[in-house]
Amino acid sequence: MRPYALILLALLVALLLSIAIGSVFIPPADLWAALTGQSASDTVHTILWSIRLPRTALIALVGAALAGSGAAYQGLFRNPLADPYLIGVASGAGLGAVLAMSIKWPYSLAGLMAVPLAAFFAGLLTVFIVYRLARVGGSLPTTNLILSGVAISSFATSLTSFLMLRSSGELRRALGWLLGGVSLGGWDSVLALLPFLAIGLTTLTLSGHALNLLQFGDDQAAQLGLDTRRAKFIIVIAASLVTAAAVAFAGIIGFIGLIVPHIVRIWWGADYRRVVPLSILGGASTLLLIDTLARVVIAPQELPLGIVTALAGAPFFLWVLRRAKLGGIW
Amino acid sequence: MVNVANLSVRYGPRLALQNISFMMEKGEILVLVGPNGSGKSTLIRALSGILPAASGAVRLSGRLMNSLSPTERARQLAVVPQSPQLPPAFTALETVLFGRTPYLNFLGQLSPRDEQIARDSLARVDALALAERRVGELSGGEQQRILLARALAQQTPLLLLDEPTSHLDIQHQMTLMELTHALARECNLTVLIALHDLNLAARYADRIALLESGKLKAIGKPAEILTSQIISQVYGWPVQVIQHPFHDSRLVLPR
Repeated sequence: MRPYALILLALLVALLLSIAIGSVFIPPADLWAALTGQSASDTVHTILWSIRLPRTALIALVGAALAGSGAAYQGLFRNPLADPYLIGVASGAGLGAVLAMSIKWPYSLAGLMAVPLAAFFAGLLTVFIVYRLARVGGSLPTTNLILSGVAISSFATSLTSFLMLRSSGELRRALGWLLGGVSLGGWDSVLALLPFLAIGLTTLTLSGHALNLLQFGDDQAAQLGLDTRRAKFIIVIAASLVTAAAVAFAGIIGFIGLIVPHIVRIWWGADYRRVVPLSILGGASTLLLIDTLARVVIAPQELPLGIVTALAGAPFFLWVLRRAKLGGIW
Repeated sequence: MVNVANLSVRYGPRLALQNISFMMEKGEILVLVGPNGSGKSTLIRALSGILPAASGAVRLSGRLMNSLSPTERARQLAVVPQSPQLPPAFTALETVLFGRTPYLNFLGQLSPRDEQIARDSLARVDALALAERRVGELSGGEQQRILLARALAQQTPLLLLDEPTSHLDIQHQMTLMELTHALARECNLTVLIALHDLNLAARYADRIALLESGKLKAIGKPAEILTSQIISQVYGWPVQVIQHPFHDSRLVLPR
């Protein structure tokens, strides 16, 4: 139970910091008063309930989604460098989201759901393309996976940029979003994101045993009694659903899906029945801390999240790549 | 126990196996031999249900193989794969516990009984001392024994081994073969082993099946199959077959 206690404690600290820190610092006493409904000042109340809390909730969910799907992709592809960003799913989903945004939707709820759904299908399509390109016989070499991921990712990103430059006004605002600026949708975004994540992350958490079996390769997994085609199908759908939803509401935030599961595996072992839920909780905590940092570094302006995660993530990626090359991980 | 009837398997455009037919009786050790690329591994994979048959049928205890679900199949037969690439981070015990998969729910929840069976299986292959060691730290011979233990934990009446000795030195080869032989006899297991080494085949087989470019060339007692005429012809190199000086079996010597 120790890993869970530790990571829940980290999550609690991250949540509190995320709520308290920002352009206006809310002292603990006021925070407590406003949260428990006792009278704090109206300003504090408004900041807390309309700005801070929805943002904190959204960031936590997005972090959970990216790290959870990262862990799942790594298990599925048996590759420590599979990450929703590196294998191109995130960029594909981003393209889908921008396509959906370029259409005027009649109803607001349909409009809100159209973006994540378009992101989902585009993300799924991207996984299949990258997987097909990278596969050699029955195996999936790291280099192939990353190279095709990068190629498809650049392609999708260019198309996205093209779309945004072509259109005037509305889509240009999407640029900030695409860099991992969290949307300003408030509670609506949180509520729209929630069902996708509830389904996807629950599925991934329950897939731990299947992911463990897949570590032995498809043949052995099947010989041990796993319906490998069904298991892989379910996992790739769930992981892509979760990634796409996160991208639709928070843009493209790289490397969280790489770093968090990796640290979880180093600290607490390779059993996916634990790696997935611990990555989900760890992803929420990590992204909350990074977001808090992003808000204070150049306050009152804030850095787009994707920039901060890439700044920390790229060196980490190189370190993992080096370890993988030396055969240290798997 | 096992009934293979006119089995053909396609690999891309070519037939990797053509009209293979044979039967296995309960408790029998059948050794599969043949030159490289003759289809030994393909036959093992097809029998384990992961390669679809282009035509023909495989029956296990009277039931058609492709009517079985993956779980049902994994309760009927266990496979010890060739030169295993095992995830190194699991311990030996965890690895063996995956053999319990066909008896678990989809969450993989283990009972104390599962753990007992896994420990017993490790003890059977004389590897209980390795239980808590990570598989990545173990030698090739130890890993093969762990895989045999995993197959035993599946508690199946049929065991398929795909060249389990090909990367082992003499001591580990002999240990593994003695162990497999003893287990088959003790537990009345039906065992199919693909082997490269004709002399190991001669020593441990009840019967030998000889494959040549995807076809079953001959099947029978070691003395019937391991003749200088048949082996020289199939392997394309003249051999002499003599009596083993210390053991009641044959020895195949290349000229």
